[in-house]
Amino acid sequence: MIMQKSQKIAGFKENMTILKMEKLCKNYYLGSVELRVLREINLTITSGEYVAIMGPSGSGKSTLLNMIGCLDRPTSGDYQLGGQSVSELNDDQLSMIRGTRIGFIFQSFNLISQLNVIENIQVPMYYQGFTEHESAEKALELAEMVGLGHRVEHRPSELSGGQQQRVAIARALANDPLIILADEPTGNLDSTSGSEILDILNRLHEQGKTLIAVTHDEGIAAGAERVIRLFDGCIDKEEYNKR
Amino acid sequence: MFLFRLKRILKLGIKSLWMHRLRSTLTALGIIFGVSSVIAMLAIGEGASRDAQAKIAQLGSQNIIIKTAKPTEDQSALGQQQTLTEYGLTYADADRFRDAIPDVQVIVPNRRFPHQAQYRTRRVKVEVIGTVPWYPEISNVQVKLGRFLGDIDMQYKEGICVVDEKLVNDLFAFDDPIGQSLKIASDYYRVVGVSTEKTSTTTSSNTEEKDATGATKAGANLGGIYIPLTTVKNRFGETTMQMSNSSGRTLERIELQEIIVKVFDIDQVLDTRKSVETLLKRYHKKTDYEIVVPLELMRQAKDFQRIFTIVLGSIAAISLLVGGIGIMNIMLATVSERTREIGIRRALGAKKRDIIFQFLSETLILTLFGGILGIVLGSLIPYLVTYYGSMPTVITGSSLTLAFGISAAVGIIFGLYPAYRAANMDPIESLRHE
Repeated sequence: MIMQKSQKIAGFKENMTILKMEKLCKNYYLGSVELRVLREINLTITSGEYVAIMGPSGSGKSTLLNMIGCLDRPTSGDYQLGGQSVSELNDDQLSMIRGTRIGFIFQSFNLISQLNVIENIQVPMYYQGFTEHESAEKALELAEMVGLGHRVEHRPSELSGGQQQRVAIARALANDPLIILADEPTGNLDSTSGSEILDILNRLHEQGKTLIAVTHDEGIAAGAERVIRLFDGCIDKEEYNKR
Repeated sequence: MFLFRLKRILKLGIKSLWMHRLRSTLTALGIIFGVSSVIAMLAIGEGASRDAQAKIAQLGSQNIIIKTAKPTEDQSALGQQQTLTEYGLTYADADRFRDAIPDVQVIVPNRRFPHQAQYRTRRVKVEVIGTVPWYPEISNVQVKLGRFLGDIDMQYKEGICVVDEKLVNDLFAFDDPIGQSLKIASDYYRVVGVSTEKTSTTTSSNTEEKDATGATKAGANLGGIYIPLTTVKNRFGETTMQMSNSSGRTLERIELQEIIVKVFDIDQVLDTRKSVETLLKRYHKKTDYEIVVPLELMRQAKDFQRIFTIVLGSIAAISLLVGGIGIMNIMLATVSERTREIGIRRALGAKKRDIIFQFLSETLILTLFGGILGIVLGSLIPYLVTYYGSMPTVITGSSLTLAFGISAAVGIIFGLYPAYRAANMDPIESLRHE
């Protein structure tokens, strides 16, 4: 409880811009045809926000998510994450940013099947050079936080979908990222598990984490503070949910 | 931290390989057979080489052996008219070598011919070697019991002899040979010593098939009797008369069957050989001699064995190469199978380097595991070859190192490309991969 409180206070104190996109464009080329997937996106997200990105298929949601997650580089425009311009970074630096500043949560969980729960949570820490002991300790802590402290030795195939997604959330938190980036986090789950996941996400938000969720699920959108609706590569509407 | 990473990478690699045990084992088999065949082939090659060299070394590396050889033109041109052929080395030759060649340390003139020896009622064919007391200096014959021939024996043309161990077995069975008398032709000889088995001056590659002196061929597997040269001269005559085997009618007269020249230093062997040849050419009209230089033979054998080893090694290396290609194939399949895992790892902060190390380590574990098993198997094969095939084999440390090094190199070379491919996958694409 004490830790949660202090984090929340810290979150309030540093109510600063952590993500800023200016005139961000992304074009793909299909043969000679130029596909303009993102057109001059301007987006600012401050720490502690809970943002839902919505939009129909083909609106550029996934591409925007890849941009935010530093998996892809913009064609033009500027993207700053935590005060650092990402557009010009090389592959290794992007890996570094992904590993330390972004926590990914995927629709299909994307756990590594040959690793057990603890080892899966350890993966991001491993690439940041934690020792086995440190990372195992922290992984156990995180597993307990998402309510899987009793199943740490299990393989992903031995867990239910909801449990797998909880492992993925724990993994996303491993390196204390600036942003937790969720791609349809409830898309593969039944409603009960889905709402469990939403509860965890809400709890993280309350603790002051910055959350960005790409979703079709109006339930997630309802829980978010801000809903960004994309259409045809542009930000169509921005709504603020009243609390 | 590096150690931690290494440990982690190895753990991960072993884990993934263990998940596909059958596949990993089958893949490693290529390396196992490759490495074991390299080791086995090199061991067999090395064994054969050492065997040949040991045989040649017995002849003495400082020695030059000059042997009487029947001149080839003799048989066709003169064989029918002449009933008596006189050819071969002479005592004069031996004297000339001694006087004219400065580097000579010892000269041993020998007469060798087969004869029948009798002890009590037992008779065997033996090779009579008429020689001098310093014969042991130029050969590796050692006296086991009693003594060798002495100067006094030479001077007084004593009827004594030294027999070798083979003859002791053939003739004396359980009796103590020392002091016994055996009979050759019509004379008796008292045994004064027993020596180790005689070395044949024939080398397997060289003159075995030649019928030149009779002695070399026929005497190869016989027991040997050493008798003072003077005694032989006295009792068998100045020359050896024998019926030529080829034409049957011709009588041959040979003074000396061989002269062995020993020089002081190995470096002098080749020069001395030239001098010997020049001297012989001057005094012999026909080429009725043959010069054998063990040192040259040894070098030739070495060259030959090196080629032999290279050929064997290359064959084995090809099988290793095939094993390596098999490994690369499997690793490529593994990489494409685990595309999604690669995408996940990349999203979670893995650099290209991390992915390369991950897959490279898997290949390396596989090949090193294969290499170690290959070494075990490869060390076993030469042992079995020696045991059942009675072929000498020698496993050298360098062949083990070589095989292990090759397997590691194969792992790196054939692991790099799949690992490189894995690392260069687009993270977005691979995350979407089913």
